[in-house]
Amino acid sequence: MTSTTATTHGAKEHARAKAAREAAAVTAKPTIPVSEATNLPAAVERDDLVWDETLAAGDYASRVLERGSRLRIEDIEGDACVSLLVYSADAPAERLNVADTVKVQWQAYLGAGALLLSDMGRVLMSITEDTSGRHDTFSAPSSAWSNQRKYGQGDNHGPFPNARDRFQLALAKHGLSRRDIPPSISFFQGVTVEPDGSFRFTGAAPACSEGRRHFVELRAETRVLVVLANTPHVLDPRTTYEVSPVRLLAWRAAATTADDKIRNSSPERLRAFESLEDHLL
Amino acid sequence: MKTVEGEAVAGVVALDVVVEARAPWSHVVRAGETLRIVDLAGNQAVDCILYNPHDTDERYSAQETVTAQGNIFLTTGTTLLSTEGRAMMTITADTCGRHDTLGGACSCESNALRYGHHTRHQHACVENFLLAIAPYGMGKRDMTSNINWFMNVPVEADGSLGIVDGLSAPGKYVDLRADMDTLVAVSNCPQINNPCNAFNPTPVRMIVYGPAS
Repeated sequence: MTSTTATTHGAKEHARAKAAREAAAVTAKPTIPVSEATNLPAAVERDDLVWDETLAAGDYASRVLERGSRLRIEDIEGDACVSLLVYSADAPAERLNVADTVKVQWQAYLGAGALLLSDMGRVLMSITEDTSGRHDTFSAPSSAWSNQRKYGQGDNHGPFPNARDRFQLALAKHGLSRRDIPPSISFFQGVTVEPDGSFRFTGAAPACSEGRRHFVELRAETRVLVVLANTPHVLDPRTTYEVSPVRLLAWRAAATTADDKIRNSSPERLRAFESLEDHLL
Repeated sequence: MKTVEGEAVAGVVALDVVVEARAPWSHVVRAGETLRIVDLAGNQAVDCILYNPHDTDERYSAQETVTAQGNIFLTTGTTLLSTEGRAMMTITADTCGRHDTLGGACSCESNALRYGHHTRHQHACVENFLLAIAPYGMGKRDMTSNINWFMNVPVEADGSLGIVDGLSAPGKYVDLRADMDTLVAVSNCPQINNPCNAFNPTPVRMIVYGPAS
């Protein structure tokens, strides 16, 4: 009997039938067109949506977001770990600087009201909402060698992909390389510092009430490139590859105004906005 | 030159220079050599980035280093790790006791946020680094996390973080044994708005000792 994929016509029919048959069963995917996204926050208009994508364990994504856009990262099952890098989309030599972010704001723990600062003294994104409070500015993203140590395998092509390789792949698609990977931050798995300087891994926040999800909402203060990877935290003591899916939802919204509460919440934050606004003139 | 106080490191002295206040410096320390950084006048932050000179895409990673040792402070026994998770240098002696790697390097741009737009034109560490790494073909995209020798940056229980009075004093030093060939890029910090240099930038001394045997 001849195989159904022995001819180009047969292979085409097979590919199309496969797509039609399998798409519905896969939940970790982008919603295209995005207007078909469901389960939207109350204030979000369908016409404003620009991105809806679910990342399963190990997945990554990158996206350019316009000034004012909101990016909501939802921890669907309560055990996600999202590593994040942010660049100026128009001049990516300007990028997230974790040291300046914590130093300028006199605060190492991230939460609502915190800014993500660039290495050019400008705000890239603001954290407008945060229900989790368990985040990390200290630790390295997981890597091939850290996953190899924990899970016996850490290669990108294997079952336990790591955040650093995911960053490198995402950046390569924007013409950037491993020299463009600065320190990163991560959401939904907490790390704090003890009085002697040692770390305490606090893991995920206590579960939300039924039907609700923890989320972090970020506001793009300029045109940004965001790079995200959903991989187990490097300090997670579990020896199995445990990380639950996240949803990334972004929509167009108005740019920050002069009377914005976060913008005016400290002299340092105000100057970070002023420097950006001056730059954008 | 005045003799350095403290234990001598075995091995011939391959280099012995003073880096003047506010200046950049760079040198390739070969595997097996030891670099001693001496805080001559006390409380002088020495900002420092490490690169693999044979593949500069591999460079010092503060996050790899603190994650591996489980502690934010650098001192004797700390291995300084690269972005590839490899040992670049190891702190083999430290008479100061605590060094920072969270606080980053001061820049004209971040100074403006921290201390006011009027400080924009003050000299800063990033300016030094950009010139220090330029001869090696590197630039802005190669700026990365750094170490601040002799700088004190605690994190309080509520997450408050800041540069506070240093623990160093005249003659305190740190010894770094190169575990691989390491390009050491330094900014002798010119900051005058916080206590990292006791508000008075001063020279530091760099001594490279050959391998012990």
